[in-house]
Amino acid sequence: MIINFVETFLRTLGKPLVKFLASLGDLTAFVIKSIYHCFVPPFYFKLFFKQLLDIGFYSLPVVGLTTLFAGMVIALQTYSGFSGFKAESVIASVVLISVTRELAPVLSALMVAGRIGAAMTAEIGTMRVTEQIDALVTLSTNPFKYLVAPRLWAGLLVLPVLVFIGDIIGIFGGYIVGIYKLGFNPANYITATFEDLQIIGIVSGLVKAAVFGFIISMMGCYHGYKSKGGAQGVGNATTNAVVSSSILILIFNYLITEMFFSR
Amino acid sequence: MSNDIKISIRNLHKSFGKKNVLNGVDLDLYKGESLVVIGGSGTGKSVLIKCIQGLLTPDSGSIKIDGVEVVKENSDIIESMHSKMGMLFQGGALFDSLTVWENVAFDLIQNRKISKKEAKIVAIKVLRQVGLGADIADLYPSELSGGMQKRVGLARAVITRPEIIFFDEPTTGLDPIMADVINDLIIESAKDLGATTLTITHDMTSARKIADKIAMLYQGKIIWTGSVKELEKTDNPYVRQFIQGSSKGPIAVEK
Repeated sequence: MIINFVETFLRTLGKPLVKFLASLGDLTAFVIKSIYHCFVPPFYFKLFFKQLLDIGFYSLPVVGLTTLFAGMVIALQTYSGFSGFKAESVIASVVLISVTRELAPVLSALMVAGRIGAAMTAEIGTMRVTEQIDALVTLSTNPFKYLVAPRLWAGLLVLPVLVFIGDIIGIFGGYIVGIYKLGFNPANYITATFEDLQIIGIVSGLVKAAVFGFIISMMGCYHGYKSKGGAQGVGNATTNAVVSSSILILIFNYLITEMFFSR
Repeated sequence: MSNDIKISIRNLHKSFGKKNVLNGVDLDLYKGESLVVIGGSGTGKSVLIKCIQGLLTPDSGSIKIDGVEVVKENSDIIESMHSKMGMLFQGGALFDSLTVWENVAFDLIQNRKISKKEAKIVAIKVLRQVGLGADIADLYPSELSGGMQKRVGLARAVITRPEIIFFDEPTTGLDPIMADVINDLIIESAKDLGATTLTITHDMTSARKIADKIAMLYQGKIIWTGSVKELEKTDNPYVRQFIQGSSKGPIAVEK
């Protein structure tokens, strides 16, 4: 009786667990294979540059707007919270730290995940279900080298550039609110910003960006590559790609922060 | 005689989960021969040719191409095999991000280091062989009709002059006249290249027209092989039911 109960209990617990572990193993194998093919020629430079353009250049407006308003709202919130203190330097410093360390990398990555991760999965997924990936193989072209590697390289390299631009725009957002809304002295604000400028804050943000770029491309490619079952399958894969890359971005954000700033 | 065997398959098994799709397939393909594998939908015809091309890994069994074992070998061997194989996919599987001529010349440009200009000239020549004009070379696949897409797919499959060509349901989804055009093109290009071909289809008109030899796949096994003449005379009840297209007989229709 009790044994029966335990057995049923374990079975209901075990089935999803086994399924989860299987997909984790599947993902790990995919990641290892992808990284291997990133370093083994032939390299498709033209496709890499096309991805740079897609992931980087065309994401600029979205990233610019996101970080601009993030910087602006931080300046406003900090002012309402810290108005009793020496407002100018506090606000400049809070804007600088929060934008470069957290807001620019995380918000930009989440926007790019929605914009690019979804498109990547939809494209590769459609190629999968219409047998275009099989066709690549029969034409002596390795899909990992042709499809996955250019996207991984582009994601890894272009996100730090995007985030660096985002840093500047975000700080500028704080400056606009500080000067035009809160009436600070521009020279003092800029001095305060540069006084607090720390290399480690910027660098940690850019390292985060590189990791996030890799995650976005990896999830986009993985879910696209493994999609099956026509239009609905590709739709599900697209959702999974965006959700999983967003969650991974937030998890890795914590881990990298801990690596840099906890002693 | 064994020298003339191009592809030799022995005791091939492949299952997906609990479903056994291939259940011990034995099949020989002789050099220059046109073999057509017939069988109902979902009997594993596509799985069979995907296993031969290394797109799927069989669970067990042996596939030898020109005497070289390709199952469970390192991927280099299978990759080197692809240069002597061509394939026409059921839906065409043209790359929709590339133009028609870039599709046709894909292998030339990517793997054979031929300049784009030269590759385009060759591509247009091959397109002409399959009855398409130079005017469609710069269109995208989505702008073509189904029959044209199939012909572009055929051009892409034969441009590297492969020794073995696979045809996956080449006439499915086409009207009878276009189907016959494709059949003629398949026969013509195979003859022109002296290629060995393996076609899977359930279109009996097409099978009768292009086959030197026909094999029937049922429940994961080859249950009958013979020439087209033998096909008409056979008393194998499964084959008879299939070629007559009858719902009554030993083949149970899946519910």
